[in-house]
Amino acid sequence: MKYLKFLLPMGIFLVLVLFLGAGLKLDPKEVPSPLIGKPAPAFALARLDAPEQKIARDDLLGQVWMLNVWASWCVACRQEHPLLVEFSKAKTLPIYGLNYKDQRAAGLKWLADFGNPYTASLSDLDGRVGIDFGVYGVPETFIIDREGVVRFKHIGPVTPEVIRTQIEPLVRKLNG
Amino acid sequence: MAKHPTSLLLAGILSVLLACVMGAAWANDAAPAADNPALEARMLTIASELRCLVCQNQTIADSHAELAVDLRRQVREMLQAGKTDQEITDYMTARYGDFVLYRPPFKAITALLWLGPAAMVVIGLGSLFIVLRRRSRMAADQFEPEEPSAAPDHPSS
Amino acid sequence: MTLIPEIGHFALWLALGVALALGTVPMAGAATGRRDWMSIARPGAYTLFVLVVVAFVCLVASFVRHDFSVLYVASNSNTALPLAYRIAGVWGGHEGSLLLWVQMLCLWTVAVAAFSRHLPQVVVARILAVMGLVSVGFLLFMLLTSNPFDRLFPAPPDGRDLNPLLQDPGMVIHPPMLYMGYVGFSVAFAFAIAALLGGNLDSTWARWTRPWTTVAWMFLTIGIALGSSWAYYELGWGGWWFWDPVENASLMPWLLGTALIHSLAVTEKRNSFKSWTVLLAILAFSFSLLGTFLVRSGVLSSVHAFATDPRRGLFILAFLTVVVGASFALYAWRAPTVGLGKRFALWSKESALLGNNVLLLVAALAILLGTLYPLLLDALGLGKISVGPPYFDAVFMPLMAPTVFLMGVGPLARWKETDLPSLALRLRWAAAVAVLASLGVGALAGEVRLVSTLGLLMAFWVVGSVATDLWERVHPAGGSWADAPAKARQIPRALAGMMLAHLGIAAFCFGVVMVKTYEVERDVKMAVGDTTTVRGYTFTFGGVKELQGPNYVAMQGQMQVAREGGSVLEMRPEKRIYRVQQNPMTEAAIDAGVTRDLYVSLGEQVEGGAWIVRVYVKPFIDWIWGGCLLMALGGWLAVTDRRYRRKTGTAA
Repeated sequence: MKYLKFLLPMGIFLVLVLFLGAGLKLDPKEVPSPLIGKPAPAFALARLDAPEQKIARDDLLGQVWMLNVWASWCVACRQEHPLLVEFSKAKTLPIYGLNYKDQRAAGLKWLADFGNPYTASLSDLDGRVGIDFGVYGVPETFIIDREGVVRFKHIGPVTPEVIRTQIEPLVRKLNG
Repeated sequence: MAKHPTSLLLAGILSVLLACVMGAAWANDAAPAADNPALEARMLTIASELRCLVCQNQTIADSHAELAVDLRRQVREMLQAGKTDQEITDYMTARYGDFVLYRPPFKAITALLWLGPAAMVVIGLGSLFIVLRRRSRMAADQFEPEEPSAAPDHPSS
Repeated sequence: MTLIPEIGHFALWLALGVALALGTVPMAGAATGRRDWMSIARPGAYTLFVLVVVAFVCLVASFVRHDFSVLYVASNSNTALPLAYRIAGVWGGHEGSLLLWVQMLCLWTVAVAAFSRHLPQVVVARILAVMGLVSVGFLLFMLLTSNPFDRLFPAPPDGRDLNPLLQDPGMVIHPPMLYMGYVGFSVAFAFAIAALLGGNLDSTWARWTRPWTTVAWMFLTIGIALGSSWAYYELGWGGWWFWDPVENASLMPWLLGTALIHSLAVTEKRNSFKSWTVLLAILAFSFSLLGTFLVRSGVLSSVHAFATDPRRGLFILAFLTVVVGASFALYAWRAPTVGLGKRFALWSKESALLGNNVLLLVAALAILLGTLYPLLLDALGLGKISVGPPYFDAVFMPLMAPTVFLMGVGPLARWKETDLPSLALRLRWAAAVAVLASLGVGALAGEVRLVSTLGLLMAFWVVGSVATDLWERVHPAGGSWADAPAKARQIPRALAGMMLAHLGIAAFCFGVVMVKTYEVERDVKMAVGDTTTVRGYTFTFGGVKELQGPNYVAMQGQMQVAREGGSVLEMRPEKRIYRVQQNPMTEAAIDAGVTRDLYVSLGEQVEGGAWIVRVYVKPFIDWIWGGCLLMALGGWLAVTDRRYRRKTGTAA
């Protein structure tokens, strides 16, 4: 019994090592979204291509849709963009773009140069809607369901794997 | 010139006075950088406890990143609108989660974190006390004998 | 194309071989009593040192010669980089700093080999073997995952430059000092393992270990202080401690090292609490290794973290598990048989020192808890939180209060048994002075606040206690003033060192309290000719001029500062853009003084040609690092005590 207290340091240490080992597989900087399962934040923004028209959150109720946050100054967005253009052709769900902290002309030109997968893009000039969505690193992608509840968030460029294993099954589930 | 020393003296004094007045008018007391320094100070106090999410461990008060600038502006506007510190904190956590708070909220999952140190002090000092008291009651033969040594010349040397 | 990097690389492989031999043969010799095997320990240590020096010199040479065919040089240097920073750049990144780590370890190993003539051969063999095994781990780590000599083909015409934040004198000296410190705890660790293996834990072991631990502790104190003061003048926001994981990784071994020094005192004097002291010796170095893991594995996000790679993290974790796990296993096996040493009462100097130990250990564990808690919750799938300065400040300060209180009581307590009432009586003046002084300072500074008064109370309490101790030694009851100088000279250096180190802590507390409570900040828009007055200092802005540095372009503010009473000085804060990495850097202008620092930093330009300027008056902030310096000096003084210069044979 007396020997037990001498084994304590070893015991605590081994538990610690287990956690440190688990930690090696985690990313300390990845921020999970608190919005999952909650209604998408309200917004009413001007369309990028037709600024006199506005689209509000409630206009999009009744359908499952994807919100993709992008900007012409964002390097990583170039990486995922061809994938989104391809994906939009399958018409799985409407993709709306959130042009985050960008200039209209620059945004329009970017879409003209690299393709436009979006049903419409919204201009978030000062980034406030982005803040409401908890955006901190562009690109980010959300999926919102029929009731306007956020169901999924992906941080960073979308990959074919994410589309295949996470987005498509989720959309099927939310639709059917 | 010796002819009109008084008028020269007067002219001299007047010039010096004029220069002083003009100099004083040019040297301005610098205006505060913020429109409302007291509010700004409150904003920075709140911002110094919020994490800059695009930085490698910095507060939004210290960071120059765009998101930090935007969030500082957001806090400033909320303070101007009369929101309380708690409302601002709730605003941030609603969007970014508890991760954005450098002061972890006290919840069931952080109870160990907040209460741990105090518990460790109690357990540590408590155990020490118990062990020492037990030892002070043990028989002398459990210990090493004292060596006969010269009396120390100081009570605590 | 030169072969210098290849020579360096080859030297590292040879060093690995030598370290393997050093780590195993003498150890086996000690176990079997073979003198010829044990006798290779010292030559092995010297050879290892020479080989690592060769590798180190090769890397330095590659930097100095602009050899961009070496990947590490290309990533951390540039043709425009000044020579001093080319040399410091050697430890600016992960691979090179590992080589510095190994270099420091070999330096300590050689020092032990050289200064251990008075130790039995068996002990020396074991100690050097343990240090050799640690070297094996780090050399293997370097050679398998982090080779500083990897080539880059084709060699780029120029390098990516050293991170501008590191292009500073602080960078030249801070890592070497820091590494000398926490690598130095490997000596106490090796002594502990050797003693556990040999089954001879006694006061002699404590006496041998103590100076090595104190010197390592001294370097670590200086290293941490340098890091803090560097952050202060380099980062442009006036802070000096952020509880960043990497900072915590250096503070935890420091706290344990401090506990270890005190525990060694008990074991040396009274042969008591041996197994506890041994555990602390293992813990101090374990925390050093843990710190190495935390900084280089990517499990925590930090401004200081090196470029991370989970594969590297895995290697360090495996190494850490083996070294620390084996040590704790050895401890669990051998410690129960260790005797209790001499007896002491519940209230005694011994128990005060042990109380201090418990509090320091709890402080280190509290910091560990806070640092790792986000990882803990994330690994359990319980979400992500952040633990930052608000937590650490809330937890650490209250822990330090009783620790510092004990610091005032312990030195005056008697060994074996102390009478509490008479102790309290002896300390009554110290207590009274502490209360009066802390209230007085608050009143003089303009306002008396609860928290700051408590902090000042701690600082003055320690000063009062040291003064009381000194008084009792120099002018004991019934003695005369004529004897005072003679008595003062009789104070052993170890005790004088203790007093100085404790005064250092008091100075540190004083500085922290004063600057946190009475610091003034002013953010203003300044056009040419505008002034602002803070605490009697009038700052006049003279505009901004452009200047060219060796590898940067700067906008330099011209600020004249006048004090009521006459003196005028120039302060020149800068905003620099380093040409290669194109990142902007703020260089604050600091006028350091004994009673205050003036701190000016240049913000952005606004419309109308004015500039945003931040002006601070920070009272007594230099006492923070001055206090650390006193602590280190106290440690040095203690190490030069006569008893460590005695040879074997004289009375212990």
